[in-house]
Formats: sequence, C-alpha cells, structure tokens
Amino acid sequence: MSLPKPEELARVNYQPPARGWMEVKPDFRPGTYCNAASPKWLEWIDYPYPRAWSVADEDWQLPQNWKEIVLEGMEDRLARFRSLKLFFDICVRCGACADKCHFFLGTGDPKNMPVLRAELLRSVYKRYFTRIGKALGEIVGARDLDEKVIKEWFYYLYQCTICRRCSLFCPYGIDMAEMTLLGREMLASVGLNIDWALASVAQCYDKGSHIGATPQAFKDMIDFLAEENERITGIKTPVSYNRKGAEILFVTPSGDYFADPGTFTLMGYLLLFTYLDLDWTFSTYAAEGGNFGWFVSHEMGKRLNAKIYHEAERLKVKWILGGECGHMWRVCNQYMPTWYGQVPSFLEVPVSPITGTVFENARVHKMVHISEFTADLIRHNKLKLDPQRNAHIKLTFHDSCNTARGMGIFEEPRYIIQHVLPEGHFFEMPPNTIREKTFCCGSSSGINANENMELRMQGGFPRANAVRYVHERYGVNHLGCICALDRATLPTLLQYWVPEVDVTGITELVGNALVFEGEIERTTDLRDRDLVGVGEQEGGEEEE
Amino acid sequence: MNFTQRHITVALAAVLGLIAVAYVGVQGNLQLLFGVVVPYLALLLFFEGIIYRVIKWARSPVPFKIPTTAGQVKSLPWIPRTLGDKLDNPESKAWVFGRMALEVLAFRSLFRNTRTELVSDPKFPEKARLVHWSYKWLWLGAIAFHYAFLIIVLRHLRFFFEPTPQPIALLSEIDGFWQFFIPTFYLTDIIIVLALLYLLGRRLANANLRYITLASDYFPLFLILGIVTTGILMRYFFKTDITAVKQLVMGLVSLKPVIPAGISPLFYVHLFLVCVLLAYFPYSKLLHAPGVFFSPTRNMPGNNRWELHVNPWNYPVKFHPYMEYEDQFRDAMYEAGIPVEKEPETAEVEEE
Repeated sequence: MSLPKPEELARVNYQPPARGWMEVKPDFRPGTYCNAASPKWLEWIDYPYPRAWSVADEDWQLPQNWKEIVLEGMEDRLARFRSLKLFFDICVRCGACADKCHFFLGTGDPKNMPVLRAELLRSVYKRYFTRIGKALGEIVGARDLDEKVIKEWFYYLYQCTICRRCSLFCPYGIDMAEMTLLGREMLASVGLNIDWALASVAQCYDKGSHIGATPQAFKDMIDFLAEENERITGIKTPVSYNRKGAEILFVTPSGDYFADPGTFTLMGYLLLFTYLDLDWTFSTYAAEGGNFGWFVSHEMGKRLNAKIYHEAERLKVKWILGGECGHMWRVCNQYMPTWYGQVPSFLEVPVSPITGTVFENARVHKMVHISEFTADLIRHNKLKLDPQRNAHIKLTFHDSCNTARGMGIFEEPRYIIQHVLPEGHFFEMPPNTIREKTFCCGSSSGINANENMELRMQGGFPRANAVRYVHERYGVNHLGCICALDRATLPTLLQYWVPEVDVTGITELVGNALVFEGEIERTTDLRDRDLVGVGEQEGGEEEE
Repeated sequence: MNFTQRHITVALAAVLGLIAVAYVGVQGNLQLLFGVVVPYLALLLFFEGIIYRVIKWARSPVPFKIPTTAGQVKSLPWIPRTLGDKLDNPESKAWVFGRMALEVLAFRSLFRNTRTELVSDPKFPEKARLVHWSYKWLWLGAIAFHYAFLIIVLRHLRFFFEPTPQPIALLSEIDGFWQFFIPTFYLTDIIIVLALLYLLGRRLANANLRYITLASDYFPLFLILGIVTTGILMRYFFKTDITAVKQLVMGLVSLKPVIPAGISPLFYVHLFLVCVLLAYFPYSKLLHAPGVFFSPTRNMPGNNRWELHVNPWNYPVKFHPYMEYEDQFRDAMYEAGIPVEKEPETAEVEEE
C-alpha cells in the first residue's frame, strides 16, 4: 500500500462527523490497522480460539457464545481491578484529555480522544452493569454489545500505545492505558489479537527474544557486535553467555542486538562493561527485556517476565542490570516484584562493584537501570570520557513515555548526556512535549507492524513535529532516547517527517566517548562515521 | 434530530419538567410531599448511593501499583528532586497526601492543561505544525464553580443551626462584602452563574466536546443552573418568608417536620431541584467527587522498586522453564559453546 506524502498526512481534519458516535462505525482502511494474529501463535501459548481470520472480513468467526465470554470477562475484571470500575464511574467528559493523545492529533478521528475511546468500553459497562444505563440507554451513553461494537474495540484499542499522556492531564487520573490493557484482554478472550504482538509473544515465550532467535543465533549476533567494537576501537569486548556465578545478569531488549541503530547502543554496553571489567553475563533464555506479553494481557506479561527472576536464580547472580528500554522498565517498575509475589531473596540489594554505591531504590526489586548505573559511575569519576568524539552530534532527548510516566527517570540520562557531549550540543524540545508531557513514538504496545504504517506516521506526527522544531531552530541532527522500541520505530518516523535527524541510544554516546588505555586512535564513531576533525572535510558539518 | 440536539433537548426537558412537577404539586397543596417526604428520601438515596458505590469500589483490590510518575523518581541521593518532583512522583505516603491535597483542593492536574492546535506554517515542509500552549480556562472555570458551590452550600448552613454559628455568619459577610445592592449581594452568586455558563458554553462551542457530551452531562449543568437561578430569584427578586423557611429546615433537622404557611412555590421548586441533585449524585458522573480519592494513579507512592506491593489475587502462571528450553536447544547450545546444565548425549559419544 502506498503511504500518503507528509504534506497530505499533515492536513489533519479535526471536525467530527455529523452523526453521533454510536452510529459511526470504523472504516477498516488498509494502513490503519494491524493484521489478525495467525492461529499458530495462539496455539504456541495456549491462547483461546485460534483460527484463521482477517480484519478485512465481514465475519470475524467469533465463538458462538462470544458475548457471554466478554461480559463475564468484564464482570471478572471489575471485581479484580478497582481502577477499571472507578474509571468507568467517574469520568465527567471534560475533554481535558482530548487533544493530548498523539493518535487524535495525528488522525483527527474523534474516537481517538481518550475520553471517547474509553466510552467505547464504558458504554457497554453502563448498559450491563449499572441501573441507570439499563433504564435510560443511549441518553446516558449506554449501548448494547454487538459485533460492530467488538470490531470498534479492536480498531481503537489497537490505536492506543498505552503511553498515559491522557492520564497525566486527567483531573481524576483516569488511565486509558489501564483500560486499553483490560480491553485487549477481553478481546483476546474471544481470540481477537494482532499478529505482530502475538508473534513476538510466542517467540519470547518459546525461544527467548521477540525475533525468535535461537540461543546460537543470539550469541552470533552479539559476538558480531563485539567484533565490530574491536574493529573500530581496537578493544576486545568479550561476552559471556549463561555463565553461572557471574555477579550481574544483564537483560536488554532484543531491539538492541538485531537491528540498527539499537546495535550501536549494545556496542556501547559492551564497551562500558569491558572498561569496568564488570563480572556480568547475558542469558540466552532471558534474552528479551521488552515484555510483549504485557501488550495483550496481564497474565501473558507475567508469563514472560517470570523468566528473568527464574534465570537469575538459576545462574546465582547477585543482581540484575537492565538496558535502555521503555516498556520493559515500566513493566519491571510497576509489576515485576508484584507478579513475583515476594521479595526475590536469592538476589542481593544491588551494589555497584565499581563505586560501592548501594542502589537503595532497588532494594526489593534487585534490578538497576543502566542510566542510573552509568550516571553513578560518572558522578564518581570512574569513566574517562572524551566528549569531542561526539562533536558531530547535536542532540535532543526524547523521554520515552514508559520511563517518564511509568517510572520517572528524567535526570539520569540528561546527566549522562551532559558528560558525553561537548558543551552546547544538547537542546531540549519545547517544554510541553518533553519529560512527563512527552509525546509517544506512535508505534509502541505491539503496533509497530508494517501494515499499519499510515497510522504510525500519523500517531508519531506530534513527536516528529517537536523534533523538527529543534532541528530547524538549533540544527539538531540526533534524537537520543533510552528505549529500544523508540530506536526501532523513531528512525522510520523521522525518515518520513524529519529525514535529517538520526536516532541514537544514550549508551552509544557513552561508548563513543569512552577513552580506553591501549585503544587504537579512533577516527570514526561506532557507526563508522568520521569524527569531527578526521577525514577529508576537516571540521566540516556531518552529512545526513 | 441530531445527536447533540437530542441530548440537549432531553436534558433541558427533564429539568423543565422537574420544575413544573414541583410547581404544580405545590399549587395542588402537596407541600408535605415536597417539603418533607422528598427531602428525606433524597438524603436517604444520596447517602445510601454513595456508601454503596464506595463499598463497591473498595471491594475491588488494587492489584498493581500504577501511580502516574510526573516527576523525577527518587533514585541516587545526588539526583536533584524539586518540590514538584516530590509531589508529582511521591516517594512516601506523606508526599501522596500532598499530591492528593493539591489535586482535590487546587485541581493540580487540570492546572497542567495545555491546548494543542494545528497551525499553518509556510516554513515547514508540509506547511503545518502543531503548537502546544498552556491553557488555564478550564481549570479556572472548574475551580470557580466548585469553590463558589462550596461557599454557597456552607452559607446555607445558617438555615440548619439556631443560632447561626460564627464562622458561617462570617463567611456570608465576606461573600457579601460587595454591598451595592439590597439585600447584601453575594459574590459567589455571580461567580457560579458565570462559571456554569462557561462550562456549558464550552461544551456547545467546541465541535469535539459537543461530540462527546451526553444528556447525562448537560443534565447536571441545567439542573444546577436551575437551582442557582431559583435561589437568586428568591433572594433578590421574589422574596419568600425566610423565617418560615428556617422553621421548615429546623423541623427537618430535628426530625419534627412542620410545614409553615407563607413559603412561596419558588422555594419548593428550589428545594425539589436540590433533592433531585442529591438523589442523582450517586448514580451519575457526579461521583467524581468521592472517586478522586480512590484513583490508583494518584493515591499511591511511586516506591515500587523498594517496597513490595502485594496483589491479593496473584496466582502462579505457566511459563517456559529453563530446563524445557535447554531440552529444546541443548545440542546447538553445546556446539556454540554456551554452558548447559546437562551435556548432550551425542556430545559424549563424539568425545569418546
């Protein structure tokens, strides 16, 4: 399918249709939805009602008693999640969330206003679970659950990236992300899933990472990146796999080892760990930090997350270090020890072997974020850094939604940036688009498939728009982030809207700047690009 | 009739109908019904409904700790945290109290509101860009309405006590300091009318807001406007016998209801609308008032990594254990030099 040109997509029409929202049905236009999950993935993970169906079909082959399943599922979730019940009851439809959603701003579809997206679920709750809804119907926003409603749920719940920007502005903290997750669980209970997410889940479950790499392929990929390090820096960065008794288990999202530009961040990790002579290991079994299960159900999220502590116990490591990832950290921060059910006592409270810093803030969790770890090293002067090696980079920083609104990591990456970039090379995007108000990449939560590219470019428009602002104004040529999903999706987004800007992880910049004893003279960065002052065009501006 | 017209008409007709019911009823000498039975019933429904709803919420657990973290989390001791960070990403219950107090008393999240618009910009390749600016009008309208409403309710307490308690008399005096009108003119009366008209006007003026607004959103606005209007009419234009009103209220309060003569039908309309508001409250979106205290994204500290949060219905799940995984890949792992728990059988043979 052909993607419209940027100038066409940027002409968003915010005028809602003339007919009421209950009468308007979604238009399943190719480019705006993800493909239905292939039955084999459901079978791999024992998910209900595997079948071959297509979103474009009239008949989605729902199980005979689908309506009872969904309503019972709703009743069950109302009993188990106070959030759901409360969020259904207290919304006043003030509309403060409406123009906060990147999908609304990008598509102009009023059902992407979080208030209305929630109303698609809430209308069913009102009709079947409240007295006033049973009595008054449409006037209080209640409606019958039919196949059209289920299709609408599917369409719009997979046009939400669980980024929580709406929740930030809601006067009652109503969290669309929470409702989206529970809504997706209900869809999954009648066999409605998207392929990209379910394939990733099944592969993570069975093999280790979402790309389905076998242990040997996982090792190959990372060994290759270690060789790249040696080629560029002259420094060997050996890696150990599944090594029992290592002090630290390192877990990172698979985006960091199988595709650019994530791979450069992984090269950065390897350089850093080698520099420190850290006693660490990778696991081919717990090889995926990104928890794709959480995109489809709490249970599936737990099933995938369980592998990390399981492996840490088997390898008898002391604590876990986590790489740069958004939703991996949201899941680890908000769910991991709770899912585990108790303090993982086979682990110790994390202590940096280099600085002796005790990570008190991870006392229960036993897992440290790479940005915390690195910031602590820099603070204690343990790294020799040459910021001039990043002089070809003018950077802006994208706070990933999950580490921002689901964790609150803002200062650590900025602290690192200040020490690995030359002074005056860092520029913030406008204040209403960063930190807790940050805009989503538009492709998270399992919807970074290729078949819905138009939606992704629309959803990412607000993010790209802010990047363009600093690009035009300050000549920013790199967007930094601490999320592998961002590194997977933002290059595509920026290629479309702001082709002059590249995406980079923060540890990649650390790797560039690290000065080793006995290293060869570096002429390029980890991406083989000439450093400033090297090559034919001395001191010239970098291309791209 | 289109969506908006239908929803406005229903809401408006309902309020006008309620006014008519009370007016006609009182003309037909049903003072006992509207002055005694309905108020008691409304109060009963109000408390019963709220308690029922709150218990219902409370009975569902909060399985996960999901606060919105709108500021720097507590991490390394030297990472700076501003007062705002501590309030927006509270590390302990004391800071949660601060966060909630700001939410409830100052509408903190709404204060953060921005407005985003698509503007044409010839400098951008696609000739358009989004701008986000701070937008405080909704916050101002909401806070003006809620505080005016609160003060008006408190002022009305003078009908419930004999003698009027000092603080309430003082409140009335402050509210009425703007004495250019006889009887004393209350500032809150004009503020609440303006705020209500703003809240109603914004729903009508903005196409997207119109699109999401249901009869159940218009109804409380019209209803409260009706209450305010009848109140103002009674106070400034068609005066009713205040002494008799107080006698009625004191009768209700002391559970010895009386129906004094000389109370105008307008008062009964006013009282009836208030009763409807009370009875409607627990079954509608007005529940946001008690609900805000229960919001799991706001009322929990963001200390997940150093304090265990227990999910009461946590259960073991099926996952793919390491040994099964190794069984699947043992040979290949061994060959690739990845440590295994159990040496592959084929490997032993080869070694021999």
